[in-house]
Amino acid sequence: MKFSHFLIKYGEIAVKGKNRNIFEDALGKQMRLALRRVDGSFVVEKKTGRFYVHCQGEYDYEGAVEALQKVFGIVGICPVYVFEDNGIESLKENVCAFVDEMYRDKHFTFKVQARRGNKKFPLNSMEINADVGEALLNAFPDTQVDVHHPDVTVYIEVREAFYVYSTILPGAGGMPVGTAGKAMLLLSGGIDSPVAGVRIAKRGALLEAVYFHAPPYTSERAKEKVVDLAKIMSSYTDSFKLHIVNFTDIQMEIYEKCPHEELTIIMRRYMMRIAEAFALESECLGLVTGESIGQVASQTMQSLRATNEVCTLPVYRPLIGFDKQEIIDEAEKIGTFETSILPYEDCCTIFVAKHPVTKPDPEAIRASEKLLEGSIERMVQEAVKTAEVISIKPQ
Amino acid sequence: MESCKKEIYLDNAATTRAFDEVGERVRDCLCRSYGNPSSLHGKGLEAEHIMRESIQVLADILKVPRESILLTSGGTESDNLAVLGAAQARRRKGRHIITSYLEHPAVLAPMQQLSEQGYEITYIKPDSQGVLHEDDVTDAVRDDTVLVSVMAVNNEIGSVQPVSAIAHKCKEKNPNVLIHCDAVQAFGKIPIFPRRQGIDLLSCSSHKIHGPKGVGALYVADPRMIRPILYGGGQQRDLRPGTENVAGIAGFALAARMVTDQMDQTEAHMRSLKELLIKGIASIEETHVHGSDFDPMWGAASIVSASFRGVSAEVLLHALEDKEIYVSSGSACSSNHPRVSDVLQAIGAAESDLGSTIRFSFSALNTEEEIRDTIRALKELVPVLRRFTRK
Repeated sequence: MKFSHFLIKYGEIAVKGKNRNIFEDALGKQMRLALRRVDGSFVVEKKTGRFYVHCQGEYDYEGAVEALQKVFGIVGICPVYVFEDNGIESLKENVCAFVDEMYRDKHFTFKVQARRGNKKFPLNSMEINADVGEALLNAFPDTQVDVHHPDVTVYIEVREAFYVYSTILPGAGGMPVGTAGKAMLLLSGGIDSPVAGVRIAKRGALLEAVYFHAPPYTSERAKEKVVDLAKIMSSYTDSFKLHIVNFTDIQMEIYEKCPHEELTIIMRRYMMRIAEAFALESECLGLVTGESIGQVASQTMQSLRATNEVCTLPVYRPLIGFDKQEIIDEAEKIGTFETSILPYEDCCTIFVAKHPVTKPDPEAIRASEKLLEGSIERMVQEAVKTAEVISIKPQ
Repeated sequence: MESCKKEIYLDNAATTRAFDEVGERVRDCLCRSYGNPSSLHGKGLEAEHIMRESIQVLADILKVPRESILLTSGGTESDNLAVLGAAQARRRKGRHIITSYLEHPAVLAPMQQLSEQGYEITYIKPDSQGVLHEDDVTDAVRDDTVLVSVMAVNNEIGSVQPVSAIAHKCKEKNPNVLIHCDAVQAFGKIPIFPRRQGIDLLSCSSHKIHGPKGVGALYVADPRMIRPILYGGGQQRDLRPGTENVAGIAGFALAARMVTDQMDQTEAHMRSLKELLIKGIASIEETHVHGSDFDPMWGAASIVSASFRGVSAEVLLHALEDKEIYVSSGSACSSNHPRVSDVLQAIGAAESDLGSTIRFSFSALNTEEEIRDTIRALKELVPVLRRFTRK
């Protein structure tokens, strides 16, 4: 069956009281942006507290569904059959035709669930359920009614026209991007940070990101890979700015002056400081990392405390309680995994000590950082000042 | 010829800059003589003439009949057509094939394919200088051997193989054996004459000799030696159908003519660059040149493969890139998948050298000054990079 309309169900945002309009407008905007990249001509319409997507002429059905499934705030996407209100008889006829076409094998149980939005319609919901149910049983003797656990639920909405659907494709859930504040993501080329970024976007946040580049230790291709990851993310997060910081000098300075087993922790503290500088400049309300407790030496609770203490903004760590496999599963789902595992060194791994500290003492770390005084401040300023900004747009 | 910049391109075994004349020739064919050689009208005839003349140029260089040259999309297709096509053509005579650990993936991957189809493949080991011994190859020849595939010049370390001796000895033992030679790194750089050398199938590529990418050739001594791997509209006697890449072949032929006319001078020039570079590398501590240690007369003049112990090849590559010096780590085709080089392992290179090997490859366009600059850069960078390594 070819559908020309989708009914869009949204969950959480329906209960947001007076802010409801803000949320709905953001959702509409994100849907329109998502559909712009799909082959076809689409109109997104907000009507009586629901969203409809009207598809004009031939269009890429799979592509449209896929695009809508990446829009946060949507809980269900229903391909819907719409026809004119010509009374109950025509409704019965059309529902039978719909069911006939959708379900070749008629051995199933069903129920009819009608909603009467147009109160002028002569039958109420219960009466519609009964009438249409009876018509279906007569037309398809192999079917049975089961109101508790039906195989098929036929939804009927009586509005200015009849809307019939029986499929609800799952949406991404969450809140529409743009309804929360902005957050600065520390994006590496790894598996975790893109997932963390998308998770934060799922709660409505807009993103910016910062990537630490260390030429010649990390290659131009490693940077390209991060840009590619950001582009994949942006089909969920909307367009965002990616700051690319040249981190080589800072890394070298730490390498030369600080105890080697503390290198990673101190490096990460400087990354946080630089990320926060960009965050404050761009009016972000927090930082986002892909850290998860205990995953590596720099992500023990002690290490997290040591890196956390240099920031004044809250640091959001949406993956903090995730296992690696759970993160991988999600990376596969959002489509970043294949790119993340391309084998280019990133600056976190290249100088890593054989036995890095796993329980850094904040006092000791601060003492080591004293060794950098006099040179590092200028390097940090320079790194912030010379950062390249790339504007990431979904493709 | 020289077009502006100060960049130093020492990755000519990966690909080369097209000669300016070649670029003009290609453009001319694409925009003016753009006919389809199979078309009956004058435009088609014009394109056909260009194609025939170009093939004649290649045939003359190899001293073979024009009919024995097939045009392909490049080295990979030539190797695939030779290996898969010959195995298919000879499938009733036997299912044993001999090749070596030195070969390019364009030969090894189709071999792998054949082995999955039930062919038995024998891989010959090179010596520590990356050279195959004709006796080792000949000893592997059996009654059911149908194909021996060995390259002329190795792309990673530049070792030159005794293809002629291998070909003649193998055929002495079993006259049914076909000899394929991947000459992608040799054609236009060292003399190659397949008929004299006993080679039945010879792969060449255009973009390694300042020609356009996407075009190559396969010499096929007798069309019955191979079966096609593509099927289509009957071009090239159905052995390699598809509208011919007229512009590509015209550019290829011009480049081939130019490098061949200058072959001796270029060889001497590159040999002196090689000597200069090797001396420079030798003056840096803890370095090693693969193949015959620090002997500039060893191997192809176009390739120097050296390891800088304690330095990650990829990092050195990017550090050189920062100075606009372009080199390769291992072989470019495999550099997207950082892994230890099979060829370096096959020649028994030290463990510590595997991840720190850089390949420098020259062309006629490189200058002594560029090599001096490169040595200067290496002397500056290598000690710095050694200071900053994983502890």
